[in-house]
Amino acid sequence: MAKLNFEVEKLTGEIITPAIKPGATAHVKPNPASGAHNSAIGFPAERVENWEQKAVEKMGELLGKYKSLRVFMDICVRCGACADKCHYFLGTGDPNNMPVARQELMRKIYRKHFTPAGKLLGSLAGAEPMSESVMEQWNSYYHQCSQCRRCSVFCPYGIDTAEVSMAAREIMDSVGIGQKYCNEILGKVTTVGNNLGLQKAALANTLEFLEEDTQELCGHDVKFPLDQKGAEVLLIAPSADFFSSPHIEGLTGYAKVFHQAGVSWTISSYASEFANFGMFIGNFDVMKTVAQRIRQAAIDLGVKRIVVGECGHAWRVAYSFWHTLIGPWDFLDPRYKNPTHIAEFTLDLIQRGALRMDKTANDDRVVTFHDSCNVARASRMGDKPGGQFDIPREVIRATCNKFVEMDENTIREVTFCCGGGGGLLTDELMEIRVKGVSPRAQALHDVMQRKGVNTMAAICAICKAQFTKVLPEYGIGMETVASLHQLVSNAIILGDK
Amino acid sequence: MEGLTGLSILFIALCYGAVALFLAAFLAKIYSYASTPSPLKIPTTPAPTTALGVVARMAGEVVFFASLFKGNKWTWAGGYLFHIALAAVLLRHLRYFLDPVPLPVELMTYPGLEPGVWAGVVMIGALGYLFVRRLWVDRVKYISLFADYFALALIGLIGLSGVTMKFLIRTDVEGVKEFTMGLVTLHPVNIPPDIMFITHLLLVLVLLVYFPFSKLMHLGGIFFAPTRTQVDDSREKRHVNPWARS
Repeated sequence: MAKLNFEVEKLTGEIITPAIKPGATAHVKPNPASGAHNSAIGFPAERVENWEQKAVEKMGELLGKYKSLRVFMDICVRCGACADKCHYFLGTGDPNNMPVARQELMRKIYRKHFTPAGKLLGSLAGAEPMSESVMEQWNSYYHQCSQCRRCSVFCPYGIDTAEVSMAAREIMDSVGIGQKYCNEILGKVTTVGNNLGLQKAALANTLEFLEEDTQELCGHDVKFPLDQKGAEVLLIAPSADFFSSPHIEGLTGYAKVFHQAGVSWTISSYASEFANFGMFIGNFDVMKTVAQRIRQAAIDLGVKRIVVGECGHAWRVAYSFWHTLIGPWDFLDPRYKNPTHIAEFTLDLIQRGALRMDKTANDDRVVTFHDSCNVARASRMGDKPGGQFDIPREVIRATCNKFVEMDENTIREVTFCCGGGGGLLTDELMEIRVKGVSPRAQALHDVMQRKGVNTMAAICAICKAQFTKVLPEYGIGMETVASLHQLVSNAIILGDK
Repeated sequence: MEGLTGLSILFIALCYGAVALFLAAFLAKIYSYASTPSPLKIPTTPAPTTALGVVARMAGEVVFFASLFKGNKWTWAGGYLFHIALAAVLLRHLRYFLDPVPLPVELMTYPGLEPGVWAGVVMIGALGYLFVRRLWVDRVKYISLFADYFALALIGLIGLSGVTMKFLIRTDVEGVKEFTMGLVTLHPVNIPPDIMFITHLLLVLVLLVYFPFSKLMHLGGIFFAPTRTQVDDSREKRHVNPWARS
């Protein structure tokens, strides 16, 4: 790995609120999207003429389309309850990474162009016109937000910075200032069907190889079906599950669950991506276009239900948005929850006695669980609020003998983001990614030291990719990170019931 | 209008004007919040799965500032004390606008105890604390705008001028009530020529006019944040985006 040109926090097990350091990460910016990347998903290729005015007009349009933005622009009292809650602020000390300050970068423009006080009094009312320097700030700091919603938990009015970041990115895209990482990927997923641009033949090869590999390792003929018409379940997994580690071990876990439960399932080559970066850039239409392929695949394959793999922001889109985007589900079997999370699916089978586990298979592990931000604060599993916390933990308890929790201020609804979510999982943002993981790294270090934890299970493709890349900078090995269904894969007893 | 002094005519006009502007602008804001669509389901979870649950969640926010309590105990303490004291002060002031005075309002002026007056003192103290906190904590200082200090100072001065009339420069309470009841019944009478009262009133009018154009709109806006008001039922019930292209 390339040497880092910034300092990495020392691990002490404690999360300390830093003193503010203005401008500390102003230099961290995403690579700009090329004209081709922008226009492929319907945005202007170049920065448009008169872009300041166009950006303001777009803001006006969004204020009329999103109640969240309309209300949040007005009602923040700057109490500061959110100020020390963002992992990027805790990791960098840059005051613009305080959620309230991040929002103010947009609010000052809002005041100037949309409020009487701002129009009349200008800077006295905290108003500022759109300008090149404001756009520089936007480009930096709206790409230092992973849309994790931790700030919104503590806000007396429920103001969610994610909504503001999404709107800012939507405005930037609309005037031709795109982010390469997101827009390039969206171009691939809308034409090829997954974020990697993996063609059907390559996907078929990968799955075939996985079948052989699994057969060799466990001695059972576990299938990884592709485009199987008439299967009961369409599995939508993040494409990282097809090639990354520990993602692929998770995919193997899903396959073993289907195999042992005797449920027919299939992956679709047309819709082989769970992630939906349309949310990251805040664009409803792009998000819908991406999701549309999944609806089409489900109809074409004639499945009864959709089960989805381990991915955080994607589960938010699936759980909270799919019904709006690609519903109604009149082509699926109404007896099932659609979509069903793989953790819900597996736990249900375990509880009904359809799967048996040999927990000792994971006895070399002391496991803790990282709640993925968007699963925790933007979705649910099961029937009860908080099922998104309990169900994955139940799966761990059913598959492992040794499970411990991290500090209570870092889990469940107040969990910290991995630092790579929301479209930031790209190399040029490495400084913010490494610094942003520090609260999670501290909490993990704490239980590694005190409780002998050697495994942190995760249920998100981004979390897994981010952790395996940045935790080693803190001296925590990448083998510490595991997929939830990797634990299932290890423990599940295959063969006769 | 016979028998009204020039000063009275001016203040009567200002009072009606300020109230009218406040109501019109406040309601216009509420209308804009209420009428802007929510394209997607975005409750911050874990969230209630029923409408009744949402009522309970919102009650926790509005009555106890539950999320702020989770966020920062000191800010919660200062903010909560201020709002409770303000509520008591406003309750006490209803005696100037109602005749006969209902019992709960009457209790705020219970002789010898004067809970409404002491609430005013507490309110000023809480505002002072919130003001100092903005200068004291580096994070909060960084985010504080002129508007934030202005709102605290304005309400603080209203409180100070109010308690001054109680403790230092007594005002003609009967005259004040005649004036306010005159406004309420649309038969305005002369304003008591009392400099402290007129100062107090003027500051209140400034607050009324400022209110709907400022962050003080959190009073209305809190009821419209989709992150808190939405039911978590997106799998069970299809939420439709009214502006989505089909």
